[in-house]
Amino acid sequence: MSDYNVIVVGGGPAGMAAAIEARKTEGARVLILERNTALGGILPQCIHNGFGSVIFEADLPGPEYALRYRDQVEKLGIDVLLDTMVMDITPDREVYAMNSHDGYLHFRPESIVLAMGCRERTRSQIQLPGVRCTGIFTAGTVQRLVNIEGYMPGKRVVVLGSGDIGMIMARRLTIEGAEVVGVFELLPFLTGLRRNYVQCLLDYNIPLHLSTTVTNIFGSRRLEAVEVARVDEKLSPISGTSQRIECDTLLLSVGLIPENELSRSAGVELDSRTAGPLVDNFMATNVPGIFAAGNVVMIYDLVDYVSKAGVVAGSSAGQYSRTGEWKTGECVTLAAGENVGVLLPQKIRLDGAGEKELLLKLRSSSLLERRVTVEVRDEKGPVVSFREQYARPAEMIIHPLKPKEIQAIKGAASRQLTVTIQ
Amino acid sequence: MSENHPPFTRYTHLDRSIICLRCPIGCEVQTTVDEANNVIEVKGNTCKLGREYVQTEVADPRRVFTSTVRVRGGVKPLAAVWTPQPIPKDKLLELARDTRLLEIAAPVHVGQVVITDWQGLGVNLVASDEVQKAS
Repeated sequence: MSDYNVIVVGGGPAGMAAAIEARKTEGARVLILERNTALGGILPQCIHNGFGSVIFEADLPGPEYALRYRDQVEKLGIDVLLDTMVMDITPDREVYAMNSHDGYLHFRPESIVLAMGCRERTRSQIQLPGVRCTGIFTAGTVQRLVNIEGYMPGKRVVVLGSGDIGMIMARRLTIEGAEVVGVFELLPFLTGLRRNYVQCLLDYNIPLHLSTTVTNIFGSRRLEAVEVARVDEKLSPISGTSQRIECDTLLLSVGLIPENELSRSAGVELDSRTAGPLVDNFMATNVPGIFAAGNVVMIYDLVDYVSKAGVVAGSSAGQYSRTGEWKTGECVTLAAGENVGVLLPQKIRLDGAGEKELLLKLRSSSLLERRVTVEVRDEKGPVVSFREQYARPAEMIIHPLKPKEIQAIKGAASRQLTVTIQ
Repeated sequence: MSENHPPFTRYTHLDRSIICLRCPIGCEVQTTVDEANNVIEVKGNTCKLGREYVQTEVADPRRVFTSTVRVRGGVKPLAAVWTPQPIPKDKLLELARDTRLLEIAAPVHVGQVVITDWQGLGVNLVASDEVQKAS
C-alpha cells in the first residue's frame, strides 16, 4: 500500500489544507490519516463564530469552516482513512498505522505532512494540589462533551485560566443552563483575547479574577469545592486570602502543547520554545521529505493562519514528491530576542524566498500596551523593522514580509539574525 | 474577595469604557453619554469602526448567538446552530432557553432554518453543521 505520493497525518484544518494543495497544484496522490471518526480536527466542536475572516472574509462557526475544506477534499478525490492511528514514522518516511477495519497498515510515501495539532495541558502539568476526584476537566474536553456528545459536565462551574477556550466554555455552559461562578487567572492579565472577555464573560455577568489561582481541591468521589487564593508578583499564594468556593465542576484552560511524539520518532528536530518542529519558510523540517503545519508547529490564535500554513506545507510536500529534490541553498536563521516568546519560521531559505507570501509570525513574551517596534537584526543593527500598536502574549503578531524586506534579509551582514520587540 | 476586574471594565454613571468588538485589536474606547443615552464623546478608538461600534453598543447592543439543538435519528445527537444576524444582547439568555427545548429531525444541512423570525425580531436560528440520517 505505498502508491501514495503524500501522506498527511491529521485531518484538521492544517492537514486538510495541505492535502488539498498537494493534490490540486502538484497533482500528488494524497492520503489523509485521521485518528478521529470525522475530518475537521477541533473545528466541529468549536460551534462559536469568528472563523474565516482572513481566508473567506466571512464570520463563520467552526463546523461550517471545516465543511468548506471537507467538501474540497471530497471533490478532489483525496483518500481519507478515519478512525486510524499512526503508530510510527521513521526518518526514511516509513509510516505505520492501524485501524480496526484494515488492521496494520504500512506506507512509504515520497513525502509526509505532519499536522497532528496540539493537546491541552492537564492538571498534572500545572501541579494542581488536592484530591483526585471526578469533576475536573480540561476546557476542550468539556467543549466536546457539550457540543458534540450532548452531555453537561455539571451544574456549578469554576474555570481556571483565562485562555480563549476557557472563556468560550464559560459562556457555553451558561447558555446551556449551568451557573459559572467565575474565571480565575494566575497571571495579572487576561491570557485570551479581550473580545472574548467582553462577549463571553461581561455579557453573561461572569466574574474574572486576575492574580488568583486554585490552591486546593475538595471532594470525595465528586468535586465539592475548590479553594482559591490571590497570588503575589512571584505568583505565590498570599496567606490569608484563600476562600472556599462550592462547585461540582472545575474547567482547566491552562494552555496547549503541540503533539509531537511522531515527529520525534521521525527524527524531526524540535524547537524548545515552540515545542514544535523547527521549520523553514517552506514548512520543511530538518528531515528531507517531511513537512509540518498548524498547531503541531506552534500554537496559533486564528485557524485561518493554520490553513495558510497547511497550504505552504502541502505545496512543498507535493513538489518534493514530484521531483525528489529539495532546496539546498543558503539559509538565514531567526532567533527569538528581547520580548519575543516564539517565532516562525526559525529559518528562511534564501533560494526561492519571497516567490510566495512569506509570513513572519511571533508572539510577545510580555504584555506591552504601547506602540512597539519589531526588528529583525544582525550584529550591526536592524535589517527589517516595523511597528505594531501593541504586543500582547495572547495575540500572535503576523507580518507579511515585503519583497524589499526579504531583499534586506538576503543582504544582511550575518546569516544569523535576531528578532526583537522594543 | 474583592472582584478584580481589569480597569477597563469600570463603568461610571455617564462615562463608559467600551471594548470595541469589530476586530481582534479590541480598542478600549472611552465614551461619554448624556442622560438620554446619546453618545457625546468618543476617545481611544484607532479607526472609524470604533466610533460606529460605540454608537450601536450604546443605542442597541447586539451579539451573534451560537448553540446546539438536539437531533432525532441522526448520526450525531446534536447539530450546531447560530444566528448569522446578531440579536439584542438582553435577549441572549431567552433565546438560549428556547434553543434548549428544541429537537429537530435528521438530516440537517448547513444553512437550514431552525427557528424563523424569532420573537418577530427578523432573526433566524440557522444550522451551521451537517447531520446525516442514521442508517
